[in-house]
Amino acid sequence: MPNTVYSLFKIELIDMIPLQKIQSRFVPLPMENVDTDQIIPARFLKATTRDGFGKNLFRDWRYVNNDDTKPKPDFVLNQSEYTGEILLTGKNFGCGSSREHAAWAIQDYGFKAVVSSFFADIFKNNALNNGLLPVKVSDDFLAQLFALGNESTLSIDVDKQTITIDETGKQEIFEISIYKKTCLLNGYDDIDYLLSNKQAIEDFEMNR
Amino acid sequence: MAKTLFDKIWDKHVVKQIEDGPSVLYIDKHFIHEVTSPQAFSGIEKRGLTVFRPQQVVATADHNVPTQNQHLPIKDELSRLQVQQLIENCKKHHIELYGLGHPFQGIVHVIGPELGITQPGMTIVCGDSHTSTHGAFGAVAFGIGTSEVEMVFASQCLLQSKPKVMRINIEGELHKGVLSKDIILYIISKITASGATGYFVEYAGSAIRLLSMEARMTICNMSIEMGARGGMIAPDETTYAYIKGRQFAPGGEQWEVKLNKWKQLHSDEDAVFDYEIAVNASEIEPMITYGTNPGLGIAINGCIPVTDSIPDEGERKNSIKALQYMGLEPGKPLLGMPVQNVFIGSCTNSRIEDLRLVAALVKGKKKNANVQVMIVPGSQQVARQVQAEGLDKVFTEAGFDVRQAGCSACLGMNEDKIPAGEYCISTSNRNFEGRQGAGARTLLASPLTAAAAAITGVVTDVRDLL
Repeated sequence: MPNTVYSLFKIELIDMIPLQKIQSRFVPLPMENVDTDQIIPARFLKATTRDGFGKNLFRDWRYVNNDDTKPKPDFVLNQSEYTGEILLTGKNFGCGSSREHAAWAIQDYGFKAVVSSFFADIFKNNALNNGLLPVKVSDDFLAQLFALGNESTLSIDVDKQTITIDETGKQEIFEISIYKKTCLLNGYDDIDYLLSNKQAIEDFEMNR
Repeated sequence: MAKTLFDKIWDKHVVKQIEDGPSVLYIDKHFIHEVTSPQAFSGIEKRGLTVFRPQQVVATADHNVPTQNQHLPIKDELSRLQVQQLIENCKKHHIELYGLGHPFQGIVHVIGPELGITQPGMTIVCGDSHTSTHGAFGAVAFGIGTSEVEMVFASQCLLQSKPKVMRINIEGELHKGVLSKDIILYIISKITASGATGYFVEYAGSAIRLLSMEARMTICNMSIEMGARGGMIAPDETTYAYIKGRQFAPGGEQWEVKLNKWKQLHSDEDAVFDYEIAVNASEIEPMITYGTNPGLGIAINGCIPVTDSIPDEGERKNSIKALQYMGLEPGKPLLGMPVQNVFIGSCTNSRIEDLRLVAALVKGKKKNANVQVMIVPGSQQVARQVQAEGLDKVFTEAGFDVRQAGCSACLGMNEDKIPAGEYCISTSNRNFEGRQGAGARTLLASPLTAAAAAITGVVTDVRDLL
């Protein structure tokens, strides 16, 4: 990690759990434009804490008539052969409402990374701010991932910025800013950084 | 160097630029509401912080509030607790709250502009994706998540990567019966629900110049529906005239000072955009959506696209799934299809001009007996204006259910929901599965198209009624 970026953090509060490597099976959701209303419907946004959203993740796709004793057998979260810490999904994932509850629900359910060919902007920021890793891969690589069997595992290395299909060794490099990488690897968040810049912010206010 | 409008405002708000990383961006105004703020308040409290610049924060309750009997305690316990939490948080952190019962209460993106809080050249954020609405005034306004709300509480700043900038030029004249809602639905149908991801969009051109501020807000509001971070329109005489004299607008000498600054806020003639699109306004007809994302729209007299003709496999699968949910068939027209509900409201189309257009169309008429029509003013101020102009009588005589201000059936967080399986022509912004209630089927359209369906009971080309 470049020292220049590391030294940006004058104070080192550890708030998020650091995320360095993930090796896991994956849950495939081969759909595009999955909006945050599907990830967590509005009626579950009345909570005033960040916990417990996982049980309502994809609520209306997961259960018949909102009844959690009646799982829909054709939905992937209800299929025991699919499991893991990686959610694999189609392009424009997380579009629509800015509700961060979507990232909380995915993380609370047990996912550590979401892999897609691209993410909606607000969702991507929300995920990164919670230590949930959005991994953007090419359309071609995404198609290869969807073609894998359910026993296959993927390895994601945040520092090296790589995602690898373990059985074939096929690999792709994903983009993440050095700043955000530093945050993830160490469990820092933006507030730590912003607070360390209070003086610069006050100076800005004085001089505008 | 020539700059875009976006660059001019952004650059003026950069406190610090991290090398190969995001900028520390200063935020002028921060709107908050009951749903996306509680965890941000508890976040700063956990860190032992207070709100850094409480006078730059404005709060209202809009997302989960009931739209009937707002003077009574909220029946739904969780909603009541969330609204109560907002009251307590604002009190504790010295934040101005226009809560239930306050004459300024309303949908956050309606009240900011109508109170004159939203002004050109500002950076504005809110924990709501439709914050892009405020861009109609020539502001850099965008939606943020709760962690970011917490950041703004703590430091009045955000860490943001600079987006690319797109310009959409809309030239020419609109046909009769075509509103700004049709312009934005048309654009999204052309560039898809993800076509502007990674961009901030500036809307320009002669058709935009002719629009009122409220019509401009409708366009900027839906920028997020094509994935854009935000949308904006350079301020002009229409903008200044709208702001002047409003509650929190600059007054006295300050007005001239501000006005001179605002007049600099336009893209320089030779500014370079990352992407440009040209739209011919005369090609736009009243629009309606048929699918489950706002990009799946057609002209009101068109046919639902045949799914076999969609080349991209992912798009094709999406479209098939959307039509299954909507109970619609490819290749068929929507005109003449019965609808059971009409919703007129939301941060997209609940302002006084929208309601005047609806009133003018329905005056002296009755709604169709098979349709439930809910009309929800965007704010207390809009509701008072509706009464002052006697529009409420027009609506009640037509058989419409006139409600109190709130987000209401746009997102169905309160009890205002569309029953499963039923169709709703809605002036709101999202037709996602279950958005207006589990199983509800939403057709997005303009206030005029919605009003036309209220009268006829079927999907109608409003031009036939004008």
